[in-house]
Amino acid sequence: MSVAAAYAARWLRLLKDEVFVLPARTVLLAVCAFLLLFPLISQEPFLLRVLILAAIFAIFAASWDLLSGFTGQINFGHALFFGVAVYTSALLNRNVGLPPWATIPLGAAAAVLAGLLVGLPCLRLRGTYLAFATLAFPLILLGVVYALPRFTQGELGINDGIDPLAGSRVASYYIAIPSMMVLGFIMWKITDSKIGLIFHAIREDEVTARASGINTTRYKLLAFCLSGLFAGIAGGLYVHFLKSASPSTLQLLLSFQAIIWAVFGGMATIYGPMAGVLILYPLTEYVLIRYLAEFSEEFAQRKLLIFACIVLLVLLFMPRGLITWLRDKTEKICPRCKLQNVAWRQKCRVCTAELAR
Amino acid sequence: MAENIIIHGLVLSGVYALLALGFSLIFGVARIVNLSHTAFYMLAAYLIFGLTSSAGLSLYASIVIAIVAVTITGILTYRVLIARVRQHEATTLIVTIAVAVIIQEAVLKGFGGEPEAGTPRIVAGATEVFGVSVLNQQLLTLGVVLLLLLATWIFLMRTKTGVAIRSVAQDREVANLMGIDVPRMEMLTMAISVGLAAVAGALVAPLFVLTPAMWAHPLVMILAVVVLGGLGSLKGSLIGALVLAFAESLVVFLAPSGAFLKTSVALTIMLIVILIKPEGLFGVVFEEERG
Repeated sequence: MSVAAAYAARWLRLLKDEVFVLPARTVLLAVCAFLLLFPLISQEPFLLRVLILAAIFAIFAASWDLLSGFTGQINFGHALFFGVAVYTSALLNRNVGLPPWATIPLGAAAAVLAGLLVGLPCLRLRGTYLAFATLAFPLILLGVVYALPRFTQGELGINDGIDPLAGSRVASYYIAIPSMMVLGFIMWKITDSKIGLIFHAIREDEVTARASGINTTRYKLLAFCLSGLFAGIAGGLYVHFLKSASPSTLQLLLSFQAIIWAVFGGMATIYGPMAGVLILYPLTEYVLIRYLAEFSEEFAQRKLLIFACIVLLVLLFMPRGLITWLRDKTEKICPRCKLQNVAWRQKCRVCTAELAR
Repeated sequence: MAENIIIHGLVLSGVYALLALGFSLIFGVARIVNLSHTAFYMLAAYLIFGLTSSAGLSLYASIVIAIVAVTITGILTYRVLIARVRQHEATTLIVTIAVAVIIQEAVLKGFGGEPEAGTPRIVAGATEVFGVSVLNQQLLTLGVVLLLLLATWIFLMRTKTGVAIRSVAQDREVANLMGIDVPRMEMLTMAISVGLAAVAGALVAPLFVLTPAMWAHPLVMILAVVVLGGLGSLKGSLIGALVLAFAESLVVFLAPSGAFLKTSVALTIMLIVILIKPEGLFGVVFEEERG
């Protein structure tokens, strides 16, 4: 009993000292708790569906950030990883009969292979060339999908015979939301490790990174593969949740969508793109349709326009992204021990050094 | 068959070359990847369609109005939106995508989503060329494209302003030190770039079917053209446009049932070329740039 009490006290102290000292961490905890407990508040199927898709796209946007935000290899064809996983999972599930828990990892593995394939040209291409060249990959695959209608059912997509993610919508919700949290945490941990540091170095100055003895080619390939892995898992979850694989998962719009979400939230942070999706997706897919549509049908029809305008306005005033902007407003770094502090503190919470005003 | 491929391929490569030229101009001079470039092309085509069919203006008047209006829209977009965020590369991408989406939605609102194919031709009729009947509009398109490419080339190579623009493209800071008004040159380049896109739109309005999504495909193709030909090379853009446009028309005419493969084939050619020659056909190999 006292052991449990001691543990509880330790956790409470951890909460007080490490989480509640920063508004960002408090908000993160609150959002996680809210998302996990949400089905207790409402089980409206459409709302759950929007949140599940938001969680899946959050993984997708964060995986773009892992590659492009961190290593600076701007990927215009991120839909490739998503689409490859979507079609691999769908075909393995429908034609071979593998269950979702097997097809999702296999789809992700296929996406890793795709990452390797796209990464290979990056050994020779740089900067803008690379960005424009990556655009080609999903569109080439799209042509292949149309060309093999016997397997892929062409433009219509595969709409039958795919197993659902789970028996009920709430169960799917409790697969998608924890997946997002765990994968997001893993991605954040990767970027926080030595690998992440090297990714930063490659973006900032590749020549210097190489001169420092880093095999930048290998790390760039690693970034492509890791990014493919996480985007692939997102694709697998997507196809089993929607029970259909459509060619729209390979189209230009999805590639651009990933970039828009990531830049809107703030690049090279992992949490920025995830927050970007969790804000923008429910906003355009639910709030506009459910509440604003009551005033005027116009709102629901002009979803894309409103989406573009919101993104435009936010980026004009916060060019480095919404979440990055909020973070810079509420936190500052202690000049001595480099720990984050609330912006309105005078002294560092750990080393009591005077914080710059 | 062969003559159809040649005519269609030539017209298409003219359009791609014109679009790619403008796109790589603004990229070379101001380092702006303007993903809304082809949206301006679409806007011009739709404006001409709208002005002639609904407003009942004469064709020439509506072409002039459309080109001027689109160029002004482009300059305003640059001044109000792009210039404010351009030091953030990724943010510029998103802002230009957002502009493209807004133009698309505006067109959708203004003209509806139905494909439109009723713009009158600037010149009617057809001419026999080597025993093949060619639409005069297609000949006009080719002529105008060649003229504009030549004019742009002379402007960049022979005039003082052209030299100033090229020096800004080579080195902003030194150009600034030499007394060149860099922001003004960038604005001028944006105007030329969007103007060229608008002319391309005016040329294809009577030839192609107009849809609010018609900007996406040329955008992909001009990105491929620019990479294939080499960034910042006028000659490269022209050759790249020829290669990709002919690849597309070959697929369309030789395998009509596989027309959906045209993008895949063209992009595969682009990928193969840049795998062999990473700087593109006529690109300049730069020393590794440091950030």
